[in-house]
Amino acid sequence: MTTAPITSTLPTATPPASGSSGGPAAWARGAWRTLRRSRRLTIGFAIITAFVLVAAFGPLLSGNPDAFSQDLSQPPSGAHWLGTTQTGQDVFAQLIASTRGSLVVGAAAALLATAVSIVIGIGGGFLGGWADEALSLISNVFLVIPGLPLVIVIASYVKGSSTLATIGVIALTSWAASARVLRAQTLSLRSRDYVQAARLYGERRWRIVLVEILPNEVAIIVSQFIFAVIFAILTQAGLAFLGLDDPSAMTWGNMLYFAQNAEALSGGSWWWFVPPGLCIAVFGAALSLISFGLDEVLDPRLRVHRPRSGRRTRTKGTAR
Amino acid sequence: MIDTVAGLAADPSGSTAQDVVLRAENVHVEYDGERPTRAVRGVSFELRRGEVLGIAGESGCGKSTLAYAVTRMMKPPAQLTGGSVVFRDREGRETDLLALEGEELRAFRWNRLSMVFQSAMNALNPVTTVGRQFDDIYGAHRPEMTKSERAERTKALLEMVGIDAGRADGYPHELSGGMRQRVVIAMALALEPDVVIMDEPTTALDVVVQREILDEIERLREELGFSVIFITHDLGLLLEISDRLAVMYAGEIVEYAPAERLTDARHPYTQGLLRSFPDLVGERRELRGIPGSPPDLRGEVVGCAFADRCEYAFEPCRAVTPHLLDIAREGAAGWRAACHLNDPEHRSSVSDAEGPQS
Amino acid sequence: MTALEVRDLVVEYAQSRGKPFRAVEKLSFTLEAGRTLALVGESGSGKSSVLKALSRLVTPAGGQILLGGRDKVPAKEYRRAVQMVFQDPFASLNPSHSVDHHLRRPLLATGRARRGTEADTAVAELLRQVNLTPAADVARKRPHELSGGQRQRVAIARALAPAPDVLLADEPVSMLDVSIRLEILNLLDDLKRQRDLALLYVTHDLATARHFSSDIMVMYRGQVVERGPSDEVILNPKHPYTQLLAAAAPRTGATRAEVRAARQVRAAARSARDAERRETVVGDGCRFRPRCPFAMDVCATRPPEAALGGGHRVLCWLQSEGKAAA
Repeated sequence: MTTAPITSTLPTATPPASGSSGGPAAWARGAWRTLRRSRRLTIGFAIITAFVLVAAFGPLLSGNPDAFSQDLSQPPSGAHWLGTTQTGQDVFAQLIASTRGSLVVGAAAALLATAVSIVIGIGGGFLGGWADEALSLISNVFLVIPGLPLVIVIASYVKGSSTLATIGVIALTSWAASARVLRAQTLSLRSRDYVQAARLYGERRWRIVLVEILPNEVAIIVSQFIFAVIFAILTQAGLAFLGLDDPSAMTWGNMLYFAQNAEALSGGSWWWFVPPGLCIAVFGAALSLISFGLDEVLDPRLRVHRPRSGRRTRTKGTAR
Repeated sequence: MIDTVAGLAADPSGSTAQDVVLRAENVHVEYDGERPTRAVRGVSFELRRGEVLGIAGESGCGKSTLAYAVTRMMKPPAQLTGGSVVFRDREGRETDLLALEGEELRAFRWNRLSMVFQSAMNALNPVTTVGRQFDDIYGAHRPEMTKSERAERTKALLEMVGIDAGRADGYPHELSGGMRQRVVIAMALALEPDVVIMDEPTTALDVVVQREILDEIERLREELGFSVIFITHDLGLLLEISDRLAVMYAGEIVEYAPAERLTDARHPYTQGLLRSFPDLVGERRELRGIPGSPPDLRGEVVGCAFADRCEYAFEPCRAVTPHLLDIAREGAAGWRAACHLNDPEHRSSVSDAEGPQS
Repeated sequence: MTALEVRDLVVEYAQSRGKPFRAVEKLSFTLEAGRTLALVGESGSGKSSVLKALSRLVTPAGGQILLGGRDKVPAKEYRRAVQMVFQDPFASLNPSHSVDHHLRRPLLATGRARRGTEADTAVAELLRQVNLTPAADVARKRPHELSGGQRQRVAIARALAPAPDVLLADEPVSMLDVSIRLEILNLLDDLKRQRDLALLYVTHDLATARHFSSDIMVMYRGQVVERGPSDEVILNPKHPYTQLLAAAAPRTGATRAEVRAARQVRAAARSARDAERRETVVGDGCRFRPRCPFAMDVCATRPPEAALGGGHRVLCWLQSEGKAAA
């Protein structure tokens, strides 16, 4: 609000100031402080951490998810915390194993999609000219093709194959939107003075892209990645539910698929389909919280204003 | 800081209370944060009817924040933490600006007090005509006006600021930056306010255009008799156009003087600012700026905020906060500076120190 | 010694329709080592296009740029020899990188220093030269931790890193606070002397142009309308445009009465001009004609360049030998 002669005060895509620069310890402290600045970020991060821990170590502690028992379609009990399936498998053990499966698919597909979008978006934006035209055309084509039908078509074509195929299919259909966002951002960064300055002293092109431009897009890439994970997990669940995923893979979607096939819904076996459904919902919500929380931390204008008590404040002055 | 207020209210220049149109007293503004920034620290000023009060200062000195506070346009994290702003109309009725709410506040702005900001020309709505945007103002504040009266008034206003009346049917993008800024000024004057606050209204414009607009404002002010608070970093410009000048530094007014006396400034910061820009046709002289940078306002400022950059700083400057004191001089009515060098009490302790007087 | 010579430079930009837009029209000048040339103009005058051409960020549509007397100098060599300081220190430093990065990269990329201690020393030395000390502390900082003036010093140090012969300064202080402008301009002036730099100071501020340069060129719509020794051009302006610019600058020493008088003179000049306001599109004639209070019929044809002695030259019919009776 202070007026220097026309200074640019728009927040750029920079990580927030975390004290003065220092070693990794200082960085970690800064990251911790950043995390604490937004309640949404803290909550989202806590939930995701819990999921990741469960995915990493849960299968070591819980029982064999494929093991059959004599207890068929039992409601939750001391022996089976989340009850059993129609074939007597422990739902809790399945849920733990599926958490790992879903997270792996989500993370892998999102990583792949983000990588593709970085190459195509930033590459096109920086190179300009016909290369940009061509890359833009490709991303636009992928953008207008309706996602789910394409996934279904591709998935049924490669049906029966592995989880890898599922990951590939999801990545292929989800990179285009973020590629466009990154292209637009790169176009704007390319003409920044600091990039011009690097060109002036003869910096090589790849260095300009990787060292001068890319670090300033990290915030956008992270947020695109978060949404890519949500998209991938939802798409995977959708595919699995339609029976288009490898049925031997343990995922939340496959749990829902089997529950549906066993008519758990109409049979009242809520313990079978509610947990995986809830996991998908909570996981997605937590990622969204992180994304919003990051926006909030990086853009102070979005921060909720809470006047602290114990000080004479005059909120009247803030009326609009 | 608090005790300066009483001194200010009783204006020794002999101006009667009647011709004061806006009086701000001891205004404090903070930006909320981990460590709150005290952007405006106890600022008091008076604006007389028909005068141009210049507020000079550099980025971060709080001059724009002050404008936002006075016009009640502050948004979080900025918040007013103290002070009062009183408006007095021609009949002598007083309005407490800080007590206005909702509809009252909305009616007060534009009608009594309007604003022109640096980027205002970019705030024109690009998809409607200039005339429509004038209509919006009348619609909100003068609903009784007929359509033809509105059109008439818009034409008159545009011509007043030197724009062809036919432009009312045009869109903002058809106008140059300078013309758009004139349109914004015409809008600010549309309801004949008593006070217009201008925050860097010409900074983004070319020198020649800037000059034309300033001449225009000056002419309109003589014609219509409104008062102007003109805020800019360009002290040279202010010296020329304002009647009185307040120089702000680190959230405080450090010097307050009739414009023609300021060339003989009593505060080292003002002196530094005056040395900081060369005169176009003057003698070539050695030019220097002011080394260093302003203090961090997130902490408590002990002593004089300028002490670290001041070449005359002596002991009391680091310990005691200086207050605005009258400059005891012939014909120096209303001239005040917040500097211990002008305070006989402190000055005596360094009687033979080299002050700015020598 | 002539560091850079510009001959008949033409810069054009393609337009979506019709002929390309000519931003710079056959511009010639030289930059001498150890001297400052000021290029004064308002927005749209073409001064940024001149800079872009000189820094090879755009390819000129015509003319030559000779570095040390040679045309078409290879990119690598040219990049080292010609550097630029940008206008906005808030935009010209990369928010992701430390000050050290900003200085180390040009040193390495132009081969002025080898990786390791040699580069460390060079970075520290550059920071010392622009008075940013203690160098080790400053080098670690990132741009957002610096003030505007400090940032501009870093930007100057970066431009100096390749040890250039020519420094282009694009409105280097217009974004800075008044109190630190002179420090930066004085710094550029000192560096110019120490390093025998040829400095092109692009600005819209006549006052600093006069005080910091030996010669001034005034540009209007792609043409230099007046040029010569600084004092000559500012104190004795001959082109109506230069006169207009000079009249628009604030007078610090003036009394209220003088200010008022000056305003009336300007108002009179304006109304005279408004009364005679002609077409804005200028064919071959003087480009200032539509705004000129002294416009004559002859101004519809291209004005000649009149030499007034001492290197003072003006592109105006008023100053030409066979001028029409005004």
